[in-house]
Amino acid sequence: MADAQNPFVRVQTEDFDLSTEVNWLRNEHADVGAVVAFVGTVRDINEGDDVQQLELEHYPGMTEKALENIRQQAHQRWALESSLIIHRIGKMQPKDQIVLVAVASRHRENAFEAAHFIMDYLKTNAPFWKKEWTPDGERWVDARLSDEQAMQRWLNKA
Amino acid sequence: MVNVLYFASLRETFGQAQEQVPAQFRTVGDLIHSLAERGEQWRAHLVESNAIQVAVNHDIANRETPLKAGDEVAFFPPVTGG
Repeated sequence: MADAQNPFVRVQTEDFDLSTEVNWLRNEHADVGAVVAFVGTVRDINEGDDVQQLELEHYPGMTEKALENIRQQAHQRWALESSLIIHRIGKMQPKDQIVLVAVASRHRENAFEAAHFIMDYLKTNAPFWKKEWTPDGERWVDARLSDEQAMQRWLNKA
Repeated sequence: MVNVLYFASLRETFGQAQEQVPAQFRTVGDLIHSLAERGEQWRAHLVESNAIQVAVNHDIANRETPLKAGDEVAFFPPVTGG
């Protein structure tokens, strides 16, 4: 499922290992002083309801392209040595890892901000859709205004 | 022909993931207008919903985006990954 052309953007059903990926990301970058990694995980509750299972759908081809575009934008805005986005698809259970965004930079401020930016853009600009199973049945997760607002914030920080 | 894809809740609502339509539509808006004639479900989701998103050949598009033979058009609800 991973795009063999771009190891820095991966959409896959398999789980990932944070330590392995961070070591890979900073390998060959001896000037890296900061790695910031965000791991998104499945919650067992959403909008007050128990969530038993989650399924992630994507748009093969477009999703990878959108993620690479977001990554490139981050590299244009901040001085980064390297960055990585892994997003899982398929069925997952509470506590499973869904997404990894990792950024390597010489200095921590760039790494913190770029990781935050990538995650905010991913939530609104990358074609992934979540369906969740609750005791009342299955439902598609609605987009949240707060995610859109989080993305919009970066537009004002030129 | 134009390849049309439906994702997530739209795929379930329309009961199909993909179809081929003749390449006779000048723009995305023309295609939407034609699909809306299939019934109330189509009209409600493609015309009356402000939330629907469309992509042409993997790039976000709008109703004015031109179409040509061989294009891939995708309709989907707002994204909720991560």
